[in-house]
Amino acid sequence: MTAQFGSTASVESGPVTKDQTNGHGANSPVSSVQQAPRYRAPLDTAIIDTDIHIYFPTQDALRSYLDESWQDYHRTFGQRGFDGSHYPRAMPNAARHDAWPDDGTPPGSNLPLLQKQLLDEWNIEVGVLNPLVGAGEQRNLAFGAAFARATNEWQVAEWLDPEPRLRASIIVPWEDGELSAAEIDRWGSHPGFVHALLIARTKEPLGRRKYWPMYEAACRHDIPIAIHFGGAAGVPITGSGYPNHYIEDHGGMPQTFQAQVISLIFEGVLQQFPTLKFVLIEGGFAWIPPMLWRMDSAWRKLGSEVPHVTEPPSQLFRRHFWVSTQPMEEPFKPEQFRQLLGQLDLDDRLLFATDYPHWDFDAPDRAFPVPLDKERRRKFMAENARALYKL
Amino acid sequence: MPDPTRIDCDIHNEIPNLETLYPYLPDHWLDYCRESAFNGPDAADYPESVPTTAREGSSAKPDLAEVQNCAMQDVEIGILNCAYRVQSVRNEDLAASLATAVNQWQVEHWLEKEPRLRASIVVPSHNPALAAKEIERWGDHPGFVQVILPVRAEAPYGNRRYDPIYSAAVKRGLAIGIHYGGAPGHPPTPTGWPSYFIEDYAGMAQIFQSQVISLVCEGAFERFPALRVALIEGGFTWLPSLMWRIDKEWKGLRHNTPYVRRPPSEYMRAHLRLTIQPLDAPPNPLHLAQILDQCGAEDLLLYASDYPHCHDDQDILLDLLTADQREKICSANARAFYRL
Repeated sequence: MTAQFGSTASVESGPVTKDQTNGHGANSPVSSVQQAPRYRAPLDTAIIDTDIHIYFPTQDALRSYLDESWQDYHRTFGQRGFDGSHYPRAMPNAARHDAWPDDGTPPGSNLPLLQKQLLDEWNIEVGVLNPLVGAGEQRNLAFGAAFARATNEWQVAEWLDPEPRLRASIIVPWEDGELSAAEIDRWGSHPGFVHALLIARTKEPLGRRKYWPMYEAACRHDIPIAIHFGGAAGVPITGSGYPNHYIEDHGGMPQTFQAQVISLIFEGVLQQFPTLKFVLIEGGFAWIPPMLWRMDSAWRKLGSEVPHVTEPPSQLFRRHFWVSTQPMEEPFKPEQFRQLLGQLDLDDRLLFATDYPHWDFDAPDRAFPVPLDKERRRKFMAENARALYKL
Repeated sequence: MPDPTRIDCDIHNEIPNLETLYPYLPDHWLDYCRESAFNGPDAADYPESVPTTAREGSSAKPDLAEVQNCAMQDVEIGILNCAYRVQSVRNEDLAASLATAVNQWQVEHWLEKEPRLRASIVVPSHNPALAAKEIERWGDHPGFVQVILPVRAEAPYGNRRYDPIYSAAVKRGLAIGIHYGGAPGHPPTPTGWPSYFIEDYAGMAQIFQSQVISLVCEGAFERFPALRVALIEGGFTWLPSLMWRIDKEWKGLRHNTPYVRRPPSEYMRAHLRLTIQPLDAPPNPLHLAQILDQCGAEDLLLYASDYPHCHDDQDILLDLLTADQREKICSANARAFYRL
């Protein structure tokens, strides 16, 4: 073995002393992460944005798409989710300050502004809408189903019909597999819908059998299941209870995605549904290699408990999963980003995303921290999404 | 190359059964244990027959002779981590008495019989005041070098409720060891209960990640600049990805936690050490070398056999190291960290 490694540790080894850990006195300025001027990529490829968020401009707008009985219900009881497990966002609607329409309606609720700030500004060929409106988090499942259906009708009428560059997500009441399957069947052959959308924080791990009818429906229509950052499932964001701060909730999502991948693979979903595809959106991707190494190692020792898993988890992951790029990973050094791409071995699976109109927007020319060759740029910026979504 | 002397930072000494603790329990709890259905902590983190719990030829709960014969070859010092989960005993007074009994047992049956061993203080950490008392009870015993906490707890370990534990540990120069396992009653994932043990096992790495986020973002290392935390049996190959992510989160959201004054990765490098088992290594040694380089692992890793637990062979790691790096990981880092 000739490979060696050199230390990059910024602190000396040895016992931690007060001086070492408290080197910055209480009055000294906060030190900052060392940052070179951000690299700007040439915009010489098509761009497909796989993560755009839209919202109802008003509650009345939502109600106008609900059946009359549910309009009354919504007016009286509103939305009832898993109270007590939300953290206040760092800024209103988690949005860019410049994304608020002049009329005071929420960011992402105004098509002309979205066209101007995103589609036209960056010459986006196709944009995928992921409405995070909460339909799947309703404790009243029948209302959740009505809410999901209303959201899907709204997407068609107000976004897909007037703007051919947009594609939509089938919103489903995911805690009920049968109701979700019905909603997927309702829209699965509509060319404007490209995937069914779930959120990362479901009540149970997504490999559990209660969710399987939804996967069966997705296979029927050959559409992927997308799992997006967020949610509050009524259980803590960590396996060790509730943290105090939004930064821990926001920064804890990669652990949630890892839990979902572990569940989907070890609970046998991919053997049961061999054509099923998953898209992980806004979860980052640097956690993927070490998680796959650990899963493979666990499977070698403990695989007898899950005899339905007949090949290494890493192999299943690379066959069934696609991953969006936002929020971009930012290693300490540029070459570490290249190392990450090598460890990932997912050149055909990374999908560019902006996350418009949220505050952690990744601009197409500044998303990647290092120059990429043209072939990788083509794939990441558009061609992988084009192939996945058959655009 | 001949191996340097090793300090093994994770050897398990487990309580054979509840009766083992009877000689050390006060009369009241002794009667309770005999009369009630209580059979010990309700934790299932190490099912006895599962292949990761014991390697071929070893027992899930080895006695001193087995540890001496099988785990102490070439070992200068071995650090015992007892995984008796008193924290999952809801009756906090019983949990506290059990912890005292476990620690007394560790002194009598392990520390006093084998001078190469050191031990970890078991504490009822779900009641930090009682836990601090337990630390005070044993903190001056030269055999104890660490307070052991299960990675799964009722609240993340950066929470201020645990400050009495850190205060007591820091005062006595003890490290905190956060270790695989635990049974706090709520699910081990952010999305509820998985079906299989393999999911609990594989998912434990995410809980370590959550604990690191909590310790850094809730300011534990600012409140306790001398706090030293070992992450034991949780893997380490995830560390670079976590450093990058939390540094990025901090850039965007640090107004949320103004007392986190430096990039989170700096706190991690200064205060955390990680044991090398389970390796969770990539099949390609080049990728492992990249991971080691990315986080500055030569200063962060602690050699551990995790006896009797069974993981992948560690040679893929040790073969990547220069003599100097090997000396650090196999003993120097632990000697400095545990002040041995």
